Amino acid sequence: MLILHCPHCDRMVDETDLHAGGEAHLKRYGPGSEAEVFENYLFMRANPKGVHFERWRHVYGCGKWFLAARNTATLEVYGTYAAQTTEPPQAIRDAISEKQPGWRWGTFQ
Amino acid sequence: MKRYSAFAIAREAFRQHSGWTRAWGQAEPKPRYDVIVVGAGGHGLATAYYLGKNFGITNVAVLEKGWLGGGNTGRNTTIIRSNYLQDPSAAIYEKSRSLYETLSQDLNYNVMFSPRGVMMLAQTQHEIRGYQRTAHANALQGVTTEFIGPQRVKELCPIMNIDGQRYPVLGALWQARGGTARHDAVAWGYARACADMGMDIIQQCEVTGVMTEGGKVTGVNTSRGDIKCNKLAMVVAGHASVLAQKAGFQLPIESVALQALVSEPIKPCMDVVVMANTVHGYMSQSDKGEMVIGGGTDGYNNYTQRGSFHHIEETVRALVETFPIVGRLKMLRQWGGIVDVTGDRSPILSKTPVEGIFVNCGWGTGGFKAIPGSGWAMAELVAKGHSPLTDEFSMNRFRHGKFIDESVAAGVAH
Repeated sequence: MLILHCPHCDRMVDETDLHAGGEAHLKRYGPGSEAEVFENYLFMRANPKGVHFERWRHVYGCGKWFLAARNTATLEVYGTYAAQTTEPPQAIRDAISEKQPGWRWGTFQ
Repeated sequence: MKRYSAFAIAREAFRQHSGWTRAWGQAEPKPRYDVIVVGAGGHGLATAYYLGKNFGITNVAVLEKGWLGGGNTGRNTTIIRSNYLQDPSAAIYEKSRSLYETLSQDLNYNVMFSPRGVMMLAQTQHEIRGYQRTAHANALQGVTTEFIGPQRVKELCPIMNIDGQRYPVLGALWQARGGTARHDAVAWGYARACADMGMDIIQQCEVTGVMTEGGKVTGVNTSRGDIKCNKLAMVVAGHASVLAQKAGFQLPIESVALQALVSEPIKPCMDVVVMANTVHGYMSQSDKGEMVIGGGTDGYNNYTQRGSFHHIEETVRALVETFPIVGRLKMLRQWGGIVDVTGDRSPILSKTPVEGIFVNCGWGTGGFKAIPGSGWAMAELVAKGHSPLTDEFSMNRFRHGKFIDESVAAGVAH
């Protein structure tokens, strides 16, 4: 059972109260964009074996979105943070670096 | 290769079974092959087999980082059907199902194909319309299916409770020549036939890198040294993204966990496969008597081959309501596999941005049924550069919006 900390409610929530929302920090594109750009944005999801950033929603709780840093190879959770950001906060990056030195995810490291 | 037959059993009985040989040998990697297939699961081995059988290409190595058939091939619920909505899907899945019919004879290896019939229950008005539409589409595609009423469902599967409180059974999509097969035997049978054609099956050999030169593949780096090749077929299911990254391109795939479980063996009580997509569970009875049960995938990316308990709970809850007699069964084993899911829930059989590399992945939760057809089509793609069965399954279809959308048509269980 995956247990994540909801940064809005400030409490630990198990996954039956949550909904997984896929890759975090997506850059969105609108009408008029090239086909390749849409393909990347809509379908080319990061699918790393290792450090991953995801969107989660506390559906059976506050109903709000938050982001999580997790490891898909070990199921380790590095931390969660509010969704109102375009990049993971330094504290989260440090927490990952402590366990996975030299990690890289998209443009973040 | 010594052929298996009733005569061979009798002959060996008279000499204390001293004449059996290994089904496939332990091969050492050669410096170069015409084709390297990465992944010795069902799809990889079938690809190699049809490369040899249909195209005479036998200088082939099948590389496997673990053991043969140890991934999703050995972890699925062995359901075989071809009642898909879209034409390209029906074509490749029906090709596959029809190859299963004669696979045991073809491979001289008993894969225990059992065309016992598959029914997909309609438990909402929406599902009735959906499955009637599929039945009509199948009629046009030459796939034999029919929509049957609740009484016929009850006749075919008497242990089912068709008057459930919340989701009564309103009908079903019935494919009489669907069924099950022995999953391990499919991998072993293909492996034995490949080895017999002189192909090398190299286990415990992990691909760590892909060598390219001027946009063309030249070989692979492995945990057992570098191996050169002219063509490379990547058939690695859950790890497709990881391997593609080593070759320098990205796939529209996400890897998630899918679980299954089996009960203690009981006397024969169910001779069809039942899939219930609304309540989300599917079940059949194995020849050993175990009830084989599968459900839905987890919602988040995962490479650990273990899933979340609440999905098992959900599946079992659905089945207890549909089949009240399983309520007191003990479950023996539960396991997970990592499935590679695409945006339209259809597979990718495609050329890649690197010349000479071909990819076969994205079968998601429904790959076992497709093993022979997938191998047949993939072999043609690798040998000739295109195949009528794979043309629509290109990895570029997402860019052009030409989806083969089975996510709605086939419900959730594939």
